Amino acid sequence: MNALNFALAISETVMAIALAPLLLGLVDQCRAWLQNRRGAGLLQPYRTLRKLLKKDAVVAQTASPLFRASPYVQFGAMALATAIIPIFGTHSLLATSADTIALVGLFAIARVFTALAAMDIGTAFGTLGARREMMIGFLSEPALLMVFFTASLITQSTLLPNIVITMTSHELVIYPSLAFAAFAFVMVLLAENARIPIDNPSTHLELTMIHEAMVLEYSARHLALIEWATALKLLNFAAIGLALFLPWGLSAPGDGGLAIAASLLIALAKLALFCAVLALIETMSAKLRIFRAPEFLGTAFLLAVLGLLVHQLLGS
Amino acid sequence: MLKLSLASQLIHFGAALLLLTAFAMLTQRRVLSLVNLFAWQGLILSVSTAVVAYSSVQHHLYVSAALSLLLKVILLPLILRRLLKRLNVRWDNETLLSVPTTMLVGIVLVVFAFSLAQPIAELSTSIARSTLGIALAVVMLSFLMMITRRKAVSQVIGFLAMENGLFFAATSATYGMPMVVELGVALDVLVGTLILGVFFFQIREQFDSLDLQHLEQLKED
Amino acid sequence: MSLTPLSIILALVLAWFAVGLLGLIAPRNVAWVGRTLFPLGAAMGLAMAVAAVLAIFGATETRILAIGLPDLPMHLRLDALSAFFLALIGVTTTGISLFAAGYFRGGDGTAPGLMGLQYHVFLASMAMVVLADDAFAFMVAWETMALSSYFLVTTQHRVPEVQSAGFLYLLLAHIGAISLLLCFGVLQGGSWQFTFDAMRAADLAPAWASVAFGLALFGFGAKAGLLPLHVWLPEAHPAAPSPVSALMSGVMLKTAIYGMVRVSFDLLPHTQWRWGVVVMVVGGLTGLFGAVFAAVQSDMKRLLAYSSIENIGLIFSGLGLALLFRGMGMGTLSALALAATLYHCLNHAQFKSLLFLVTGSVMHATGERSLGKLGGLLRHMPWVAGMALIGTLAMAGLPPLNGFVSEWLLLQSYLLTPSLPHTLINMLAPLGVAVFALTTALASYVLVKFFGVIFLGQSREPTAPPARDAGLLERAGLIWLAATSVLLGLLPVLVLRALDRVNLELIGSSLGERAATWWSVMPLSSERASYSPLALGIGILVCVALTFLLVRRLYHGRIRLCTPWGCGYPQWTPRMQDTAEGFGQPIRRVFEPFFEVQRQTPTAFDSAPKYRVVVTDRWWGLIYAPIIRLVQMLSRWVSFLQQGNISLYLLYSFATLLTLLAFVL
Repeated sequence: MNALNFALAISETVMAIALAPLLLGLVDQCRAWLQNRRGAGLLQPYRTLRKLLKKDAVVAQTASPLFRASPYVQFGAMALATAIIPIFGTHSLLATSADTIALVGLFAIARVFTALAAMDIGTAFGTLGARREMMIGFLSEPALLMVFFTASLITQSTLLPNIVITMTSHELVIYPSLAFAAFAFVMVLLAENARIPIDNPSTHLELTMIHEAMVLEYSARHLALIEWATALKLLNFAAIGLALFLPWGLSAPGDGGLAIAASLLIALAKLALFCAVLALIETMSAKLRIFRAPEFLGTAFLLAVLGLLVHQLLGS
Repeated sequence: MLKLSLASQLIHFGAALLLLTAFAMLTQRRVLSLVNLFAWQGLILSVSTAVVAYSSVQHHLYVSAALSLLLKVILLPLILRRLLKRLNVRWDNETLLSVPTTMLVGIVLVVFAFSLAQPIAELSTSIARSTLGIALAVVMLSFLMMITRRKAVSQVIGFLAMENGLFFAATSATYGMPMVVELGVALDVLVGTLILGVFFFQIREQFDSLDLQHLEQLKED
Repeated sequence: MSLTPLSIILALVLAWFAVGLLGLIAPRNVAWVGRTLFPLGAAMGLAMAVAAVLAIFGATETRILAIGLPDLPMHLRLDALSAFFLALIGVTTTGISLFAAGYFRGGDGTAPGLMGLQYHVFLASMAMVVLADDAFAFMVAWETMALSSYFLVTTQHRVPEVQSAGFLYLLLAHIGAISLLLCFGVLQGGSWQFTFDAMRAADLAPAWASVAFGLALFGFGAKAGLLPLHVWLPEAHPAAPSPVSALMSGVMLKTAIYGMVRVSFDLLPHTQWRWGVVVMVVGGLTGLFGAVFAAVQSDMKRLLAYSSIENIGLIFSGLGLALLFRGMGMGTLSALALAATLYHCLNHAQFKSLLFLVTGSVMHATGERSLGKLGGLLRHMPWVAGMALIGTLAMAGLPPLNGFVSEWLLLQSYLLTPSLPHTLINMLAPLGVAVFALTTALASYVLVKFFGVIFLGQSREPTAPPARDAGLLERAGLIWLAATSVLLGLLPVLVLRALDRVNLELIGSSLGERAATWWSVMPLSSERASYSPLALGIGILVCVALTFLLVRRLYHGRIRLCTPWGCGYPQWTPRMQDTAEGFGQPIRRVFEPFFEVQRQTPTAFDSAPKYRVVVTDRWWGLIYAPIIRLVQMLSRWVSFLQQGNISLYLLYSFATLLTLLAFVL
């Protein structure tokens, strides 16, 4: 049984990693539909990845080994996070080795390495991107922690699988504090994944870009890894959000084949719904000026703190 | 953790949403969105009043709920929107303090209100008593909003939001005020808004602007 | 006299002293002092660490040494708490002494031999502070520590800034010491016995206990750098040589923490929870303040000094939490918070010393301290850069390194505050944890800035000759500290077992054997939270390696080198990179009200445009400037006494004599 569980967890993680670009494709497609465009199709991210992997890598002369290692670290950290977060079921392999705080730490590893690699070449745009990314990070990271803390105060655990199990095992209760946390989480998700009110993933406009400014110097397989890591990050955040706020339908350890299949379908449906909602939010909002970004994230942070306070007051 | 009935869960949820809208109003720069937020706040207020009425079998609260629905969700936002249109107010609000600072002050106020309300709530017997702190916080936040805004319209909205907080405090702590008082307050608010609307026109006639900074010129030197 | 840990440690302290004296044989001989004596000191540090670790798990030892004033022998005591701090001193100084062996060179300033004496006296006095078991011994050691470090700070005593920095340090050290003297005066509680045993036995009234606690907080806070008393840190660290900065920031600040723990957990047995709230609030504010200011610094050692203030803030907020839980009678939770706090002390000692030593190497290689003139050192100094990267990641609180473990434990203890039976605290705890989280996130901003601006990119001053990597001994010191940072992160079980002994001694409850295994840490229960650094570390390595191998295996590894792409701008120079000011700009914008900013911006018509921003501390204007004005005013009044007339002075003496005689009458 244990070996079976192991194999199941591994295969689910591999599947999640393979599916992650599809998520990006779906968001882009939904956005295109909402904006009355035809869109490039669901599989476009895969085509981009294949194209990038085939090309020769062009690296700046001034690059150090850190620059070349960084994409692997980013991808590795995100893939590890995927293995930890319960995406299809709560039986994930490394669930007890890293709780929500360690997850925030994992995301921070990816962020720090991206920023350091951006500063490595020594161009104006790289450092500009790094500075902006760290600016977003220093506010979104504590906001994310506060969201996790609200959930873990309710469930008395900081382990994501245990949070899911506690939330789903008793009858439906409305938690007002989770409403605050959900608002804050959506804002953090948008900022962390470089989505529209904060950053625009599909533009290279020099003065407004954040994430793209950092990866300007990358090409070919390095860029492919970074793009894939970006997709994985979106998947990870989506899975965290679903686990915290819509935890129903995840399979538990020791479930039979039918339950696992059902949980797979439910998870895919929830992810598709997430993509649609994300596309809707992105279509409905306009990009903020970069100086408004700290305000946006400060609001997210304070909302999350407010969630904790409300929890303390109402006891729920 | 103690188990709560569905009704009180809903009331708690409504209270949290009220606080959320109060914070949103504090950070919102555009006047039109402020009016919309006010309408939402009214809706949440009226729904949670109805829930209190249902769960505590206090029938006069249904009237209150209907009244606030009529007044705060439909009538007042309508008047305000018309006012904005006729005054041609489209500008962004200039706040006196920066938004993050305002929010920090707001958080401090919330903590203050929560710990202030805790001993009072112990005395109350209502099912929604622990929301008293939130109601108090909403009142304070609206007050803060009135202080930090320069434009007359947003100050009026702050005033109305403050009344929302007081109303919620009354329902949550003591199942509402006597009907006569409630009707009187409702009428006051309505008439007040109308009169203030007239004032806006007068202010603008006088100064070609609704910026309250100009009122400072009225004092004698 | 049997060979107990205490006697070994005392012998080592004496040996440090002797090593220092030996330096005077040939004070200008760098080979003798540097290559022989300092490595010897390092070996003694290692021996002390081993002896202290044994002592943590051994029984408490006391000893009375008949030195000092007549009838006032020195009481010494080696218990789990002092053994833990001795281990910290030993482990950290091993690395710092190794580095110092290669670092000090001849030249102007204090002769290496004299400096070796000051350095080793400093080490010995820190060990004695931790061992002292009566107020006299403690104060003697404390003052020796302050004086020897003052001389070390003013090594370059001909530079005016160094003089004033040294003076500021000495001043605050003495104000703190006065407060500590008063604190011990209150603690003895009327028995006039100044041994710590008598103070433990003294039954103070709650009000007096609070007074003693407040005095201790002020006194130790001045040494540690708590909020209004932090001003000496950012001045003294840039002035001192790097190993001395490392020693002061990494180790000496921890003796203040030791004193605080000793007084509040040991000498004052009846903790009041209000103390915890005060310490938590002051610590939280100090942490946030330090982090925000570190982000806008442009001198690398000032940046690290502010980051020390930040970490001291985090440590104090953890200490406050432990006091709060203890005051409420929740032993296990208090044990968790105290363990997390002390663990963070140990971790901070490792990575902060490492980074200060790194700045020493950078300064040797380039002669620059200003971040605006550095850059691109990764290519010239790969060893230093590699170790600096480890220190950076550890201090930024990234798993699986050591900074993360202690921050994780602290956050876990914050998450337990809702079980406290008090409304106001329940409201304050979320704010506390929010400030804590914000501070740690800002720390990673600061460290990306630190590492990125110094080691990455291109050199901002292209004319400078290429820098050379650090020498062998310096490298050894850096590697030692980097290795301890990694090990302390991967194997928290070692530290937590040791800390449980301290907990048992001070609080009377412990986390228990099950709280930590070789594989993972799970304070309280495994359902609540668990973290296994080894699994996470191996996981990251495996994931990265797998990715690398897969990409390598499935795709070609062709690479073309070319010039960087600057978004189509025709020419770029290294000066177009962000400077330290530029990188800190978002923080300056967001936290504008915190700072006093002077800005000088160019106009469109300047032929040589210049942009200058000076960020200063508001506390100077708020607290220190009024005090300085007051002192000056008082001294002007007093100066009326000084008229230069001899007969007037004789009159003063005569009047004094008469007044005293009148008292006797």
